Amino acid sequence: MKKLICAFLALIMALSLAACGGKEQATVSTDGSTSMQKVISALGEAFMEDTGANFTYNATGSGTGIKAVKDGTCDIGLSSRYLKDSEKAEGLKETILAIDGIAIIVHPDNTVADLTVEQIAAVFRGEITSWNEVGGSDGEIVCIGREESSGTRDGFESITGTEEACVYKQELTSNGAVLTAVAENPNAIGYVSLSSVKDTVKAISVGGVAPGEATIKDGSYAVQRPFVLVTKEGAALSETAQAFFDFATSSAANEIISAAGVVPVN
Amino acid sequence: MKSNKLFERVVHGIFLLLGLVTVAFVLLITVYLVVCGIPAMMEIGVWNFLFGKVWDPAASDPKYGILPFVLSSIYGTAGALVIGVPVGFFTAVYLSKKASKRVKEWMSAAVSLLAGIPSVVYGLVGMMVLVPGIREIFHLPDGASLLAAMIVLAIMILPSIIKVSITALDAVPKEYEDASLALGATPEETWFRVSVPAAKSGIAAAVVLGVGRAIGEAMAVMMVSGNVANMPSLFESVRFLTTAVSSGMGYADGLYREALFSIALVLFLFIMLINAALNFFLKGEKK
Repeated sequence: MKKLICAFLALIMALSLAACGGKEQATVSTDGSTSMQKVISALGEAFMEDTGANFTYNATGSGTGIKAVKDGTCDIGLSSRYLKDSEKAEGLKETILAIDGIAIIVHPDNTVADLTVEQIAAVFRGEITSWNEVGGSDGEIVCIGREESSGTRDGFESITGTEEACVYKQELTSNGAVLTAVAENPNAIGYVSLSSVKDTVKAISVGGVAPGEATIKDGSYAVQRPFVLVTKEGAALSETAQAFFDFATSSAANEIISAAGVVPVN
Repeated sequence: MKSNKLFERVVHGIFLLLGLVTVAFVLLITVYLVVCGIPAMMEIGVWNFLFGKVWDPAASDPKYGILPFVLSSIYGTAGALVIGVPVGFFTAVYLSKKASKRVKEWMSAAVSLLAGIPSVVYGLVGMMVLVPGIREIFHLPDGASLLAAMIVLAIMILPSIIKVSITALDAVPKEYEDASLALGATPEETWFRVSVPAAKSGIAAAVVLGVGRAIGEAMAVMMVSGNVANMPSLFESVRFLTTAVSSGMGYADGLYREALFSIALVLFLFIMLINAALNFFLKGEKK
């Protein structure tokens, strides 16, 4: 019995020792878009593993991230939109890290194969309620989207200009759930991250352009937005921040970026 | 001899420690929920929070009214009881009083199995079978609705209702039933006039247990109810208290996140009430 207690105590001591370690480290801080959380966290983790440097990410929103770079309170800003000309005039520089493509999906039996961005917006606002208004069969359109805090929803609504105006029949919490719901309902339309589309649903073309890595990269597929790294023009980054910047924009990071569900551009 | 005593003390100490850990967790969670949940409620205003009809935390003018969730949770649970309690109750009476030993064994095993199925599986089957089924039967554009959630919850609470009711019915002294039969009552009269009233506090406890399970379920409900913050209506997509918390927690921040803690606090109070009711019924049984 004593042996058992000894072993128990030894285990506890070993565990408490393992919890120690770690010292003052070089840090790279990022701040901005909540939509970029998945991709930037994955990059940050890989960077920390490779170099041992510290990596921080503040999920505040693109606007706040851009401002933080301007004020110098973070190394690299994260924005899920292009910089405005006024922001560029203030000495900020944009580097596109990746492109987030959002596929518009319908049931495979749906005869509608193409919608314009305006039609998609009208459908989700509830202005077009039947498939026959857009060239399909009779049937009330069922809009399926994501929960309020989703980055994909934020992206879809900002691209189509339907913020706070969408009338959803279902608000699901993952790409997979949206896929299943759309695959089950012949009248459904939904949106998911392009990388998660499966052949249980049909991804329609938008304005005549089918979604795909090529059409997203050349900019012809409309339902997309850039993930931008924002830095200060002319001002040098710290050594660690520069190392992270180089790593994130190198082709070595492509696999990590793809795994996070977006299209790498470098 | 001496080492034996030491050993006993050590074991006693370990058991006491483990017991205290459980108590500590309950206290910790309670305190944490209250501390995290109160500020947002104060900031939004208790009245606006509990009785506001619009939930739109991501809007430029955010609204934090949780009345749709509270009502959906209550209606959904009530609907599950309306469907589940009769089925569970009569199953329990049949298994306890009428069924042959073999049938009872097999069906009890099936009920236990039903209790062991993870809620995500209920949700998945509901999503693939029930939701399209409701759409077809009622000619709706979409089947994800309060009704679908009620049916899934009704099935999920069956095991607790059946098992606890059987235990209560089995515990009715055989003399009661023998006396009733000797006085010329039929077996059916005996079950419903003698056995069931004698076991009523146990059956009530079974129902309360079912309520607890239904109101706390998140995963299965989220997958079949559509998860839109509408005021509840049978064929509309709705969001429960539980699913409001779980669907927002991933990315929410600021007041939105604090409001989710407030929702959790409201849910916690509901469950405390149900537990209090359960204790009340169980005490009644002992008396």
